Amino acid sequence: MLTVLFFARVREELGCASLELAWPEAGLDLDRLQEQLCCEHGDGWRDVLTQDNMVRAINQVVVTGNSALRDGDEIAFFPPVTGG
Amino acid sequence: MTTTKAAQPGITVKVQAADFDVAQLQKSLLSGSAGEGAITTFTGYVRRDNENRQVDVLELEHYPGMTERSITEIVTQATARWPVLAASVVHRVGKLAPGDQIVWVGVASSHREAAFSACEFIMDYLKTRAPFWKKEQGDKGESWVSARQSDNKRAARWQEEGAE
Repeated sequence: MLTVLFFARVREELGCASLELAWPEAGLDLDRLQEQLCCEHGDGWRDVLTQDNMVRAINQVVVTGNSALRDGDEIAFFPPVTGG
Repeated sequence: MTTTKAAQPGITVKVQAADFDVAQLQKSLLSGSAGEGAITTFTGYVRRDNENRQVDVLELEHYPGMTERSITEIVTQATARWPVLAASVVHRVGKLAPGDQIVWVGVASSHREAAFSACEFIMDYLKTRAPFWKKEQGDKGESWVSARQSDNKRAARWQEEGAE
């Protein structure tokens, strides 16, 4: 099982805060997960998830570039942060 | 909601909806750092105007779990870099009004230089690395606050200085 979370503007634009996916026997990486989400949900999702400044995190740590995933991972997509 | 995370002695991180008492926070920091010579604190407040928009409500969203974890990591980095004995961060989430307190950082050290630098480092990194997002409601409607390039530059400055 994978948990995918969306925050702030990304959450609003997708109309989705979180979803769960069954872990595929063949394995998965972050780029393929993103492509799978875009294929399943359509061009609206593709437009949002492929925005230049999209931040991606695996198990609450921001990653740059692609990365292998494991069963049980928590993946998050969010815009640049604006706290403080 | 209140989340407290103690990563190591002297570090306190809280993410909460409730307001905070600056005097009380400073007192707690002092009691956790007996004998230190300096405490530097920073308090951030919600702006009344942001980029020519009047702000009526500022709503802060965060990523529970990652927020506490990333702030703790930032404070831990500061304690590795400067001789800091105690440091605290409180950050509010939820709906806030102009003038409300939003963030507090306190650092105790033997000397003012370390206290000032560590406090500034924590704020600069907090603004660019901790997963909070601000949404404004005001005279021009509702909008997500954009990340500022100037904040990224301020944070990057510490990497240059650290590399020297």
